[in-house]
Amino acid sequence: MELLDPRARSDIYGKRINRAPSPLRARSVPYLTIMLGSLLPVLLIADLMPLSPSFGFLMLLGWRMVRPGLLPLWAGAPLGAFDDLVSGQPFGSAILLWSLAMIVIEIIETRFPWRGFWQDWFTASTIAVIYWLVSLLVSGASLTPEMLLVALPQALLSVLLYPIIARLVAGLDRFRLARARKLS
Amino acid sequence: MAPPSSRRSGFSKKAQYSLFTGYLLAGGGAVLGCALLALSLWQPGAFAPLRGAATDIVAPAGEVGAVTRAGSQGLFAGIAGYFKAGTQNAELRREMEIARIRLAEADAVKAENQRLKGLLGLNEGEAKPIAVARLVGSSATSVRRHAYISAGANDGVQPGMPVVSERGVIGRVLETGRGSARVLLLTDSESVLPVRRAKDNVIAFAEGRGDGLLRIRLVNLGVNPLKVGDLMVTSGAGGYYRAGVAVALIAKITPDGGIAQLIAEPGATNYVAVEPIAQAAAVEALETAEPPSPKPSAPPSPRPTPSPAALETVD
Repeated sequence: MELLDPRARSDIYGKRINRAPSPLRARSVPYLTIMLGSLLPVLLIADLMPLSPSFGFLMLLGWRMVRPGLLPLWAGAPLGAFDDLVSGQPFGSAILLWSLAMIVIEIIETRFPWRGFWQDWFTASTIAVIYWLVSLLVSGASLTPEMLLVALPQALLSVLLYPIIARLVAGLDRFRLARARKLS
Repeated sequence: MAPPSSRRSGFSKKAQYSLFTGYLLAGGGAVLGCALLALSLWQPGAFAPLRGAATDIVAPAGEVGAVTRAGSQGLFAGIAGYFKAGTQNAELRREMEIARIRLAEADAVKAENQRLKGLLGLNEGEAKPIAVARLVGSSATSVRRHAYISAGANDGVQPGMPVVSERGVIGRVLETGRGSARVLLLTDSESVLPVRRAKDNVIAFAEGRGDGLLRIRLVNLGVNPLKVGDLMVTSGAGGYYRAGVAVALIAKITPDGGIAQLIAEPGATNYVAVEPIAQAAAVEALETAEPPSPKPSAPPSPRPTPSPAALETVD
C-alpha cells in the first residue's frame, strides 16, 4: 500500500497505526492560543486609537463555536483574568464579560442545538459587537463621540474576522489532535 | 453542528450535577469579575502589582518587536524615498527654511529664558533622565491609551514621572513593575497636562480626546488668542513636568481653545527617557540654597533616587 501512496494508511491527523495524539497538546492548545491572542495586540504601538479587536476574545469565541464542549463553561473567568492583566482595561472587565459570553453561548446552544456556519457567524459577531460596546463603557474613561468614532473599525474588524478565526481554530484543532505520540 | 451528546445530562444524576456545577462556576466567575471591575474602577491602582508582573513577562517580547518595528520602518522609508525623492527634496528645503526661522526664535526664547531664570534665581539645567527605555507595547485593543516601556522600579522609575522623547512629551508613568512600567499617553482621555503657548504665556490645559488629538482649553477665556500652527509647551505647573517641553501644535481653533496634534508620536518613537518629577528637583534646589532652614513648606514630593547603574548608561 505505502509503495503506491505514502499517505494510504493516514488521515488528516497523521499515521494511524502505532500513533496517538499527545494528551498535553490536546488539552493545552486551546488555552495557549487564546492567551496568545490576548498577548499579540500588546506588541503593537497604538498611540492614537485602538488598532485591533480583542484577539483573545475572538479566539475564545472561535474555539467555543467551532469545538463546542471543549472549553468548560467556566473557562471565561481565568482566561479573562489573563486578558485583563495585559489589555489595559480595568481588571475584572474581561472576567465578567468573557464569563457572561460563555454562559450566553451555552444558553443559545441549548435553544438551537443544530447550527450552521452562518448562524455561528451571526451569534459570534453579535456577541463580539456587544462585547466591544460594553468594554468601551467600562474602560474607565468617559465616553466621547470621538472615541466611539475611532473605535468603530474595531467592531467592524471583529465581525469580519470571525470566518478567518474559525478557519484558524479548525487548523489549530487539527494540530491539537495530530497523532504525535508514538506507542511502543 | 450539533453539540456533543455527552453534554446532555438525561437522567444521570452525576451528569446533571456536573452541568449544574459548570453553570454555578461560570456564574460565580461573572460575579467575581463584576466585583473586581467595581473595585478597579473605584481604586484604579489596586491591581498594579499584578499587572506589573504580567508586563514584566511581556516586555522582553516587546523589545524584539520594537527592534523589528524600527527596522521595518527604515526599510519602508527607504523604498518610499526612491519614489518621492523630487517632491521630498523641495519639501525638505521648505522645512529647513522654517526650521531656520524657528531656530532664530528659539535663540530669542533662550535669551529671555536666561534673563527670567536669572531674575528668579533658579539655576536648573536640563533634567537628567532616570532611565532610557524602549516603548515595547501598548493597549491596542482598549480605548484607553497606555504604553509599556522597558524600564521599571529596578531602574528607579516611579509612578508620576514624566516620559519624554527627543521630540517632546510622551506621557506619564502610571504603574511600575520590576523591569517595565505602564505609561499614560497624552492622547488618553483621562490625561490632562498644563501647557502654555511657546512664544508667550497663554496658559491652557491639554486634554486627551481619545482619538489621537488633544483638546486645548484656555484658562483665561475671552478673545481666543490661539492661531493654527501655534506650538504649545509644558508650563511646569503641577510639578510633574519640567517647563518648556514641546507638547502639541494647534491644528484647529475652537471657541474655548483649540484642537492640537501631538508633536512626539509614540508610534514613531524608538527610545524614550524617563525624567525625574520636576517639583522634586525644584525642592532640592531650594534646600541647597538655604541649608540651615528646616524643611520648607513645599509639599512633600516623592524624591526620585536614580540608581547609579541607570545614570551610567545614560551618560
